[in-house]
This record gives sequence, C-alpha cells and structure tokens, in this order.
Amino acid sequence: MAGSTPASPTAEIAVGPVVVRARSASLGREAWRRFRRHRLALISAGVLLTLVLALVFGPWIWPVPINAIDFSAQMHGPSLAHPLGTDDLGQDLLARLLYGGRISMAVGVAAMLVAVLVGVFIGAVAGTARGGIDMALMWLCDLFLSLPQLPVLLLIIYLFQTSLRHLVGQELGTFILIVAVIGGFRWMSIARLVRAQFFSLREKEFVEAARALGASTLRQVVHHILPNAIGPVIVAGTIEVANAIILESTLSFLGLGFPPDVPSWGRILFDAKDYLDTAPHWAMFAGGAIFFAVMAINYIGDGLRDALDPRRVI
Amino acid sequence: MAVPSILGISIVLFGVLALAPGDPFSDLATDPSIPPSVAASLRAKFGLDDPLPLRYLHWLAAMLQGDWGFSFASRINVSTLIMQRLPTTLIVIGSSQVLALAIAIPVGVYAGVRPYSVFDQVASTLALVGFSVPTFFTGLVFILVFSVGLHWLPFVYRTDIGGSGLALWWAYIRQAIMPVAVLGLFQGAALTRFVRASVLDVARLDYVTTARSKGLPERSVVLKHIVRNALIPVVTLVALNMPIIFGGAIITEQIFRVPGIGSLLIAAILANDTPVIMGVTFVFACLVILFNLIADLLYGWLDPRISYR
Repeated sequence: MAGSTPASPTAEIAVGPVVVRARSASLGREAWRRFRRHRLALISAGVLLTLVLALVFGPWIWPVPINAIDFSAQMHGPSLAHPLGTDDLGQDLLARLLYGGRISMAVGVAAMLVAVLVGVFIGAVAGTARGGIDMALMWLCDLFLSLPQLPVLLLIIYLFQTSLRHLVGQELGTFILIVAVIGGFRWMSIARLVRAQFFSLREKEFVEAARALGASTLRQVVHHILPNAIGPVIVAGTIEVANAIILESTLSFLGLGFPPDVPSWGRILFDAKDYLDTAPHWAMFAGGAIFFAVMAINYIGDGLRDALDPRRVI
Repeated sequence: MAVPSILGISIVLFGVLALAPGDPFSDLATDPSIPPSVAASLRAKFGLDDPLPLRYLHWLAAMLQGDWGFSFASRINVSTLIMQRLPTTLIVIGSSQVLALAIAIPVGVYAGVRPYSVFDQVASTLALVGFSVPTFFTGLVFILVFSVGLHWLPFVYRTDIGGSGLALWWAYIRQAIMPVAVLGLFQGAALTRFVRASVLDVARLDYVTTARSKGLPERSVVLKHIVRNALIPVVTLVALNMPIIFGGAIITEQIFRVPGIGSLLIAAILANDTPVIMGVTFVFACLVILFNLIADLLYGWLDPRISYR
C-alpha cells in the first residue's frame, strides 16, 4: 500500500527524439538488462510465471470439481488423493485454490487497469490543462486520498451489492463491483505521478520542438509526453496489482466479497479461520497463496523500478 | 483546509447513500401491517421526498450536531454506541503506531546510513516480506502459533475480565499484545522502507559532508544532522497512511474480536444497520482529517522552510 510511493517523480526515459523503432527496442533491452540484475525480482518473476501457468492450466491437469462434497474426507490434511487437503465439506483444496487464484488474479489485474486508466487520464488532463482544472482535480485527488478507504469500500459494497447481483448475476455482479470500487479508489497516486511527469516533460526541448512544428495539444500529449511518462506508471501499476489482490482478499475475508460458492483466496481464508485449531493447513495454504503472489508482484515492482529509473546506475 | 475536506467527504458519503438503490424504509413499505398512509407520513417526517440538496443539508446538520440516528440492531443511539467503542480502537491504533515507529526509526536509520550492507539487505528483505503479508494472514498465523500452539496468549479480546489491580492490567495487556503486534509490524515494515529512503536522500546532502569534514563524530552526524531532517517527511507519511491504518484496524479488530468501532462496522454491515454504518464511516473520515491536520501543523513547526502564508 505504501509501496505506491512514486519511485522517482522526475524519472524520465531520456531517449529524446530518436527514431521510434530503434528507441523501443533498445529501451526494452536496456530495461531487461537492468531488471536481470535484481536477483530477487528475477526469481519472483519466475515464481509468478509458474503461479500464473498453474492457475491457467492447473484445472485441466487437476480436473477435480471445486464443489464435489465428500463427507467421508472432512478437513483431512494433505494426502495423495488431496495434495493440499480438504475443507469442512470435504471439498478438494487444490482445486479450490486453483480456481480462487484465477479470480484473485483477474480482480487484481482488472482493478489495476481501472486504476491506471483513470489515473493516467486524470493526471494527463491536470498536467495539460493546469490552472483551475488542475487545482480542482488535485483537490479531488486529495479528497479521495483522505477518505477512509476500507470503510467507504465496505459501505459502497453494502449499499450496491444486492441490486447489481440482481442485474447481472451473483458472480459477475460481485466481480464488477469489486473491480470498479477497488480501481476507483486507487487511481490517486498514479494521477499525481502522471501529473508530475507532465509538468517536467512539457518543458523539454523535444516537446517544444513538436509544438513549434505545429503539433496539436492532443498529439503532443499522446505521441510525445505520454510514452515518456509511462515508466513510473508501469512500476506503480505492478504494485497496484498486489494491492488489489490484498484488498479483494480483505473484502472476502471480512465476508463481504465473493459469495461462498465462488472460492477466491480471501473467501477460502474466511471459511478456514474458524477451524484454525483442527485444520490449520486449510488457512495456511490459502494465506500462503496470497502471500507468495503478493510478495512476488512487489519484488517485480521493485525490480522494474530499478530497471526503468535511468537515474540509477546499475 | 480541514473544513472543505470534511464537506467534500460528507458530500461523497451522502452521494453514495443517495445513489444507492432501495431506501431505508423499503422494509416498512413491504410490511403489510403498516398502512401506506403511515409509511408516507413517516417518509415526509424524515424528509425522504425532499429534493436532494435539501436532504443533504438536513443530513449534514444532523451529523454535525451529533444526532446520528438510532441503531436498528441494538436499539440505542448511534453516537452512544460509537463513543463506547471508540476508546478501544484509539488505544489499539495508538499503541501499534508507537510499536511501528519504535521498529521503523532505528532499523530504517541504521540501514539507511549503511546502504547495501548485510544489515540493510536483511532489513529491506524483511520489510518487503512484512508488508506483503496481509494483516489478516499475520493475525491468523499469530493465533495459530501463540494461542493454539503455545497457549501463551488469549485470542479473543474480552471486556468482562474479572479481578483487580495488577492482574487485571496484565490480563488487558496480554490480550492486546497480538492485535497491536499484527498492526504494528505491518505498519513498521512500510515505515522502515520509507525511513531508509529518506535517510539515504538526506545523507548525500552537502551539509552532511560539511559536518563530517568538520570532524564531528559519526554518531553526532547521524543523530543530530541526518536523522532530524530525515524524519520530517515521516510525519507526513504517518498521517497519509492513516486511512490504511484504519483499514488494518478494522481487520485486526475483526480477527481478534476487539470491541472497537471497526468490528462494530462489520457487525453493522452484516446486520443491515445503515445508521451505524454511516456513523462509523463518518467517524473514520473525521479521524483521518484530524490526523492530516495535526501532521500539517507539526510539519510547519518541524520544518521552518515550509510556511502556510
């Protein structure tokens, strides 16, 4: 959460007006070279890749239904039939974790996209318009920053949950609501980042050159400023995925996220917390999954920060 | 500064409430034992058919006067309910902040003045791990280890502990250890990273080099020159993190059943108790703004370069 502090508000990918194709290739290769230097980030990238592959292909390799109730195998520890054990209804935990991981990851990525889109848009508008519009948008930003996030999230979900579920169905309704709400409350740091970038970039010579050549404001923004401002946004966006996963798990853990038949990681943990003494493996596997996913993403964010910040000498 | 924020937040809260589908009297409308005329007069009495701006003003006036309505679930005034619960929350949050700072400042400073040393790498790794573990998972692990496994600490927070004197105090402290530790360690991890970065920033400034070249002992360079300036931004971070801390407090209160306003909020949501939900959210919002205000004032006092005209 505090990890979303801007990596370097003035970081610029100082490539200047080179031919676009040469730039993107060398920039990517250079970033990759720097990223590889961050050993833990590289390991994390491997962990995350394995995790994502397991989530995508796992349900085919382990085709146990997530809701097959088996009362003869309640809360069993790990065994050959159930590699991660079973829960209180004898449902297979591995299958449930694989399914839940898909949901948690999907929520994380979708909420990050919402936050990044809103953040980049508001930051770009504020950074381009300046003056009154900028002041108003930054006031809005401060306002959202000082809202007590979790209580307001809970309030919104409480108020809108039932009607949205009636509208588009239980699972999809919860998904849309959670993504929109998390995304809608996490755009502020990205907006500030983008705005700060705009302020420094719009005075640079290459933007001035574009302006002198008669480029419209839209073209300046989209073709010249935004591509150069995107580095820190990538870093912040990565960490935002981790934050969104934590927030979704938190909501589900409080019993206000996904319904019981949709086992997201947080929901599994919520169900498991009452059986800590008799079936600790249940909570540990679910919590461990969240922990490893979040830590891997945070480390990748750290590595990207090193890779995309040209002020750092590696 | 604080007044527009409170107004803004109240508009957001009221907007959410007003935009929400369904209305608080829908239960009455579908209840066959209440004739429509009574329901209509109740609606008129509470001003539910007035235009939105008017309703907002009524609502705001009531909120500011401390008239927060009546809890549907427990049948007492919302303000009484919240006042009963608020001190517990503030104690838990306050002590966890103290714990967080007690960890973050020494560790962060020590790591920051020796960047890339072994200590720094261990501390940075632990900090990143610490702030990647969601508080609800740390809480469960703590319960598993210290309550279920070792039987050292109770995992349910109680308010009806008998006894007196030292034994009573000890019982209170014992049951507060885990919630405070969970919250404090999480905050401490985030703060450590920040303190380290801030120390790194300050340590390369010219005046630090000057202090060193005057021949001052390293200890006084670090403590008197670096730390004092490096900690100024930490004040802001603590205030800015308040919303997150309250979020963490809600979770820890829920896990350990601490009777604070966080668990009250969850209980109210599960019981569809709208007045309590609005009241608690409003209190959280006011607390956040209060801490931001305090941080702003402290900031001006700590750092004379900043002026508010």
